[in-house]
Amino acid sequence: MRTTGQRTPRPLTLDPDPARDPDRAARVARRRRARGETATAWAFVGPAVLVIIGLGVVPLLWSLLLSFRADDLVTPGRWVGLDNYHALTKDPAFRTAVKNTLVYTGVYVPLSLAAGLALALALNRRIHLVGLYRTLVFIPFVVSATAQGVLFSFIFDPDFGVANALLHHIGISPQGFLDDPGQALSVLLLISLWSGIGFCVIVYLAALQDQPAELVESARLDGANRRQVLRHVTLPSLTPVTVFLVLWQFITALQVFDLVYVTTKGGPLGATTVIVYFVWEQAFQNFTAGYGAAAAYVLAVGLIAAAVVLRLYRRPRGRTASTALLDNGVEHGGGVSR
Amino acid sequence: MSASAMTTVGAAVAVDARDPGTRRRRRLPFSPWHLLLAPLAAGFALPLVWLIVSSVMSDAEINRFPPALWPHGIDLGGYRYVLGNAMFPRWFLNSCVVAAVAVASNLVLGALGGYAFARMRFAGSRLLLGLMLATMAVPFQLTMIPTFLVMKWLGLIDTLGALIVPSLVTPFAVFLFRQFFLSLPRELEEAAWIDGCSRLRVLVSIVAPLARPALATVAVLTFLTTWNDLSWPLIAINHDAQYTLQLGLTTFQGQHHTKWSAVMAGNVITVLPVLLAFLFAQKTFIQSLTTSGLKG
Repeated sequence: MRTTGQRTPRPLTLDPDPARDPDRAARVARRRRARGETATAWAFVGPAVLVIIGLGVVPLLWSLLLSFRADDLVTPGRWVGLDNYHALTKDPAFRTAVKNTLVYTGVYVPLSLAAGLALALALNRRIHLVGLYRTLVFIPFVVSATAQGVLFSFIFDPDFGVANALLHHIGISPQGFLDDPGQALSVLLLISLWSGIGFCVIVYLAALQDQPAELVESARLDGANRRQVLRHVTLPSLTPVTVFLVLWQFITALQVFDLVYVTTKGGPLGATTVIVYFVWEQAFQNFTAGYGAAAAYVLAVGLIAAAVVLRLYRRPRGRTASTALLDNGVEHGGGVSR
Repeated sequence: MSASAMTTVGAAVAVDARDPGTRRRRRLPFSPWHLLLAPLAAGFALPLVWLIVSSVMSDAEINRFPPALWPHGIDLGGYRYVLGNAMFPRWFLNSCVVAAVAVASNLVLGALGGYAFARMRFAGSRLLLGLMLATMAVPFQLTMIPTFLVMKWLGLIDTLGALIVPSLVTPFAVFLFRQFFLSLPRELEEAAWIDGCSRLRVLVSIVAPLARPALATVAVLTFLTTWNDLSWPLIAINHDAQYTLQLGLTTFQGQHHTKWSAVMAGNVITVLPVLLAFLFAQKTFIQSLTTSGLKG
């Protein structure tokens, strides 16, 4: 049994027999195995760690550093302290970008959730063709923002667009749509809702289908009508999903860029300049990377604030599926490793 | 008395009031929900129908006001222009290369990393996992400027490498695999170790075949995000031979804003791979998006 040549990994659940397997040899063997294990583990995680640290953690800190510098990405920059942040507070273009982003987010999040919930409730029944309806509602979500932007710039083209043609048929004068500073942001919202509602629908649908049928049945047996079941049984059970969707849609909305770039380039007259567009413009068009990085950090603070608010909101209600999974995963991971 | 009694009465009345309605509904040859859902679903589909219809219209039909709402015949001039005069075939190839490499490497590196975090103990594992989870929440805009600088330093700007390297593996893929592996029973793997299999061998021949749902989720989400991305190619690529479809399409539109049929033909080519993938693997797509949504 003490054959040293045998390198079969020994399952630690088996008790080593102290009589036949002296402590020292076992310890050495275990240590050697642990060392081999560490090497293997590092080989496994190495590439992922390299990419994620190198292109995640390092840029995050670098970006913070940049935000305290005047830097054009070409010539050596210089330290300017908080000047970039100070300038942001006085920059009317940045103020417009923040305002546009907040308006966009403030409309997009509640509307996409409300429409998504209503559609999910309507689609959560066994009727013919319901699969087709679900597919059609969801399909815009997989279309890239670029393709959406190109398609809708055509649809809303003031001269050749089908939107004005339809308005013409019902006797309404042609509109400027994306060319009109008063309408552009609303048109962008309409496009985003067209593609973003589908995501809320499928997430809500999945949650509705996970709901135990007995719950609704017993409520019905207790004499609740459909509206009461919806209000007191179905909707409360969707709260964790709603919290998740609020956070998700909020993050998506604050980061909107592709659609703006493709359709309006922030115009007309800054009517659709959002924060990320502002960051991109500063860093890669005006070559004021430090200033752009500072603006990006302002956005990040907004995102963190949103996450914290939602965390506080869901704490008193107990752990949701996602936090439970996460906490559980971390504990579990610590517990099982040896 | 009253409050509860009244709600009971109210409920009873509601049930009575609804009964005739239910009976009337039964007489319809189809559920009345169709009257609501069919137009809504059609409304969602309409822009995409218009995309396909306008891509086969002739320029004469498109460039007049008001434009024709339906083509008289199928005119493939737009497609011919896009495939012949523009670089769409090249861009298509570039997009395929980037997406294929990203999917393959996220599967391999994500599974390797996820397995190590799920099953192996090594110095620094908890710290690394924490860092990884933290970067999952970082928005791309925060890191894009330094990422550009890193890519420039590596000499990759203006090559497909600049698009591939940052998407080689995402913390999301590692985390998703880790969670999935933790949910598998360890006994199967333990039996294999006792038989003398290496960790890699166990992962490849025992764990991976069981991990099909996780593999599918990572593949679908990686494909969707890399294929559809515009912002990073916009920053990292200047030369049109290295464009992806998304970047090529928006540039093409900027240069040909009167050739709408060609622009729409290019748009169809850009969207089609994702639409086909979605229609063929709809269940996987939806499961991937909802599980990532509910668990991420």
